[in-house]
Amino acid sequence: MENTKLEELKKLASDCIREAQDINSLNDIRVKFLGKKGEITSLLKSMKDLSAEEKPKFGQMVNAIRQEVEEELQKHMTELQEKAKEAKMASETIDVTLPAKKMAYGHAHPNTRALEEVEKIFVGMGYEVVEGPEVELDEYNFEKLNIPAGHPARDEQDTFYINENILLRTQTSSVQARVMEQGKLPIRMICPGRVFRSDAVDATHSPSFHQIEGLVIDKHVTFADLKGTLDTFAKELFGPETKTKLRPHHFPFTEPSAEVDVSCFKCGGKGCRFCKGEGWIEILGCGMVHPHVLEMCGIDPNEYQGFAFGVGLERIALLKYEIDDMRLLYENDTRFLNQF
Amino acid sequence: MNTSMNWIKEYVPDLDCTPKEWTDAVTLTGTKVETCSILNKNLDKIVTGQIKSMEKHPDSDHLWICQVDVGQDDFVQIVTGAQNQKVGDVVPVVLDGGKVAGGHDGGELPEDGVVIKAGKLRGIESYGMMCSIEELGSSREFYPEAPEEGLYIFPEGTAVGQDAPTLLGFNDAIHEYEITSNRVDCYSVIGIAREGAATFKKAFHMPKEEKSGNNEDVHDYLSVEVIDTDLCPRYTARMVKNIKIAPSPKWMQIRLASAGIRPINNIVDITNYVMLEYGQPMHSYDYDKIRGHKIVVKRAQDGDVFETLDQQERKLDHTILTICDAEGAIGLAGIMGGENSKITDDVKTMVFEAATFDGTNIRLSARKVGDRTDASAYFEKGLDPNLAESAINRACALIEELEAGEVVGGMIDVYPVKREPSVVVCKASDINNLIGFNLTAGEMKEYLERIELSTEIGADGDTLTVTAPTFRQDIHRMCDVAEEITRFFGYANVPTTLPGGSDVAGRLAPDLAVNERVRHYAQALGYSQAFMYSFESPKVYDKLLFPEDAVEKQQIKISNPLGEDFSVMRTSSLNGMLTSLSTNYNRRNKSAKLYEMANVYIPKALPLTELPDERMTLTLGFIGEGDFFTMKGDVEDILNQLGILGRFKYDAAGCTKPFLHPGRRANIIYDGKLIGFLGEIHPTVLENYSIGEKAYVAVLDMPEVYPLVNDDTKYTPLAKFPSVTRDFSMLVPLDVTAGQIEDVLIQRTGKLCENVELFDVYIGAQVLAGYKSMAYKVTLRAQDHTLTDDEINGVVKKILNGLERMGVSLRS
Repeated sequence: MENTKLEELKKLASDCIREAQDINSLNDIRVKFLGKKGEITSLLKSMKDLSAEEKPKFGQMVNAIRQEVEEELQKHMTELQEKAKEAKMASETIDVTLPAKKMAYGHAHPNTRALEEVEKIFVGMGYEVVEGPEVELDEYNFEKLNIPAGHPARDEQDTFYINENILLRTQTSSVQARVMEQGKLPIRMICPGRVFRSDAVDATHSPSFHQIEGLVIDKHVTFADLKGTLDTFAKELFGPETKTKLRPHHFPFTEPSAEVDVSCFKCGGKGCRFCKGEGWIEILGCGMVHPHVLEMCGIDPNEYQGFAFGVGLERIALLKYEIDDMRLLYENDTRFLNQF
Repeated sequence: MNTSMNWIKEYVPDLDCTPKEWTDAVTLTGTKVETCSILNKNLDKIVTGQIKSMEKHPDSDHLWICQVDVGQDDFVQIVTGAQNQKVGDVVPVVLDGGKVAGGHDGGELPEDGVVIKAGKLRGIESYGMMCSIEELGSSREFYPEAPEEGLYIFPEGTAVGQDAPTLLGFNDAIHEYEITSNRVDCYSVIGIAREGAATFKKAFHMPKEEKSGNNEDVHDYLSVEVIDTDLCPRYTARMVKNIKIAPSPKWMQIRLASAGIRPINNIVDITNYVMLEYGQPMHSYDYDKIRGHKIVVKRAQDGDVFETLDQQERKLDHTILTICDAEGAIGLAGIMGGENSKITDDVKTMVFEAATFDGTNIRLSARKVGDRTDASAYFEKGLDPNLAESAINRACALIEELEAGEVVGGMIDVYPVKREPSVVVCKASDINNLIGFNLTAGEMKEYLERIELSTEIGADGDTLTVTAPTFRQDIHRMCDVAEEITRFFGYANVPTTLPGGSDVAGRLAPDLAVNERVRHYAQALGYSQAFMYSFESPKVYDKLLFPEDAVEKQQIKISNPLGEDFSVMRTSSLNGMLTSLSTNYNRRNKSAKLYEMANVYIPKALPLTELPDERMTLTLGFIGEGDFFTMKGDVEDILNQLGILGRFKYDAAGCTKPFLHPGRRANIIYDGKLIGFLGEIHPTVLENYSIGEKAYVAVLDMPEVYPLVNDDTKYTPLAKFPSVTRDFSMLVPLDVTAGQIEDVLIQRTGKLCENVELFDVYIGAQVLAGYKSMAYKVTLRAQDHTLTDDEINGVVKKILNGLERMGVSLRS
């Protein structure tokens, strides 16, 4: 009889648990059946009427049921908690395509972006990045570069003069002599900086622009090393497929001298509008430092030799970022700057 | 420099390359081709044809129906609107499906030419077109025998069915070169031909300079005296009599046309032809106009005025070299002849001059008299004196060949110091070490002799003795010889290596590294980098309200600026920044935050005697969201990132920058040093720059910042003992600044001070007139113990005493 009653009670508890829809009802059910005054707990209290033999047996049965109900209840409770969490998260769904909240970062000028790339390449090859004056003595801009007074190269460069001896430097090569004169050998340096030439402002000209001069002086530096250096530079800057081509040229302060073309990084050298169908784009001038330049700077050309090169920074920036008008570089319109 | 392939082939007859192959190859040996135009690129199916009959078009009053014999079985019927032709004329005829270069109006030539197809003209079939010189891509300028309007007509007797473009010299390619200043010899067809021959390993033949002249002696006609031999190392003269002025032959006209020179007559054309061929300009004088039959070469005198043959009056001075006769100037040496001695059509006897003048002097003189002529452009490069003799003899030979006159025998030659070939002795091993290849002395000799640098190898097998002909004025040292070898060895064939190990570490110079960091911090704070010009108009300093005596108005002036707007080196970075902010404002860009990292140029004395102080300057500027304190925070953030910590002082009274709002500006002081300033732009300056909203700027003088940069960071242990905070809500007289209060709070708290923070300021009706309400939170902490009440109270008392002295009281 007791068994039947127990079974019924258990069934009743199970039914209640199954029907419970929320966590609160389940808590009520716990109280109703398992609480201190709950129906299962009170069964234990009725044990006092049983015989000594029946007591443990009955007790065991009640405890077993109690445990089953407990487990059932806990299981259902976990289910309901999960459901509640899911419902909450469902209600918190957002439109992930709404705009991002951003810090308004500023942008480097395209010249600087290109310069930092170039600097990184040469610093990686052991070059020091140095600077020199923009208002310069004729001596450094011309004389010590093998361009004495009356030399036709002076006419080609349309120099801004302050007076007879002082000018706005027309080339960062002016820093070569300054560095060599310091007498610390060997030298491995690049010198970026502003240069000036008397060209009126238009889409491809500016009276002020930037160059990066490179200079390496050591005991056994060769023209082949110059080739290798520039080839490495071009591959780093424009991509590993880039090819370089050296064409003989003339600069008063280097001998032999060359102009350097790189294969067009747009078409890979097949020829396109970008490279005007040539497949090649001229990017810099270079050569072996002229022994007379070394002599003028107090370096013995029988002991030391080296190479120098000069790159136009705007040339690289315009090419790399496909900017078609140099005037944009000095307007500082944020719609332009924000693209870099 | 332009040359025709056909002309070059005259000296390199074995040359068999295409124009494209030529372009690529000579560019790689150092003669850079800039452009290559193939004259008959768009001339197709054009033959000579003879007009056999002409009849009026029935439905037109200007069209002609012609039957043309083009050497085929049947005549070709062509309808033409041209009027200058007659039956029997031979003309260029483009056949059905052929192509011409352009229209008869001589306008710009279309890239792909014009295709001619058979069709009907007012109902009559036409199977081609008869051409004008313009339709063939040229003009009457170069083909003076062509009519002003209408068809080109070949000389009588021209056979029909020939390739018409070839007859006119269009079967040619014209290359335009960039010749470097060291290769004066390459400003000539023979110079280019010599390089090309060496490039393609073909034989090069100089033009024949046959002995010319009758058995008279030019010295009996004329004498020459060179007074200023420093400016005229050589002067040669020859004479021609019984001159017959006539057009030059077609072959010569075609050559001149290929170089863009208009044919005039036989005498002028020969002069121009030799100039192109040899690179030696010549001049011809009318012998009968040379007074005293004597030529004197000397400097002009200051104040002389001379009329050149273009009827311009030129003012001369003592630096300009003149060619004179017994009485006065008859020409400007190397630049232009005189009106008083020029050749006219009735000339009977003439003097040819081929001289060498000092290049630099000619360049400066040409600039002074204001005319850089074709001749001066050659002379200014510095010509080889030995060229003069070859050129004058070649010209006289051409006079005889063209039957333009009778050449008088002999040559007057004033040549006091003969130019000798340059000899370079060097070692093959040194050349190998310079270039990084490994050639034998014999291989080097082979490359050098291709370009007429005769080379002897010494007994040691290493020493090279290289003799450079005088036309090669650029061969002086081992490196020059090395370049010649490398050019023909091929730059592409030189190995590609990297320099050996070096003990130089790669890095940015310290100041540059700071600049780079500052750029990155400014960008992180939202500023984009601007680039400005270094020179500007002196007027911008008025726009910025600088008074007349401001030090900023002491600018370095450029003596030859591009105009006033670029005439002085800036002493302040403000104009650039405000101009850029204005650009953005006026282009309706909502906000703009810009920074610039560049120099200002401060002269040490004016006029400049030494290089100026170039001061790297960081300029921050913005329009849009933010105020003075935003800018102040940005400046402090940047400085803090550089390890410049602690308190910055802001000195309002000391800041007198006129372009800033007088109540909203301050100098930035750190550790007693002025390192920059910041402020709101003065309303008048905003108006001057057309900026319709508030703008803020800050400027840091980087040379003052560099020594403050501190990367020596040391760890401070995290606090183990608790902190205590005390709030002070005060009534502050309006003229007491936050900075003054903070000074008191910090000083009086001493080393227990951890933080002082202003959390409320109020000025208004609720506060006693003449006062403002301010509230500070002061945080105290000791590193080694928990603060006691006594300690805290002691500090608070000290603070209150200090505040009291400034008239500050606590609010109840």
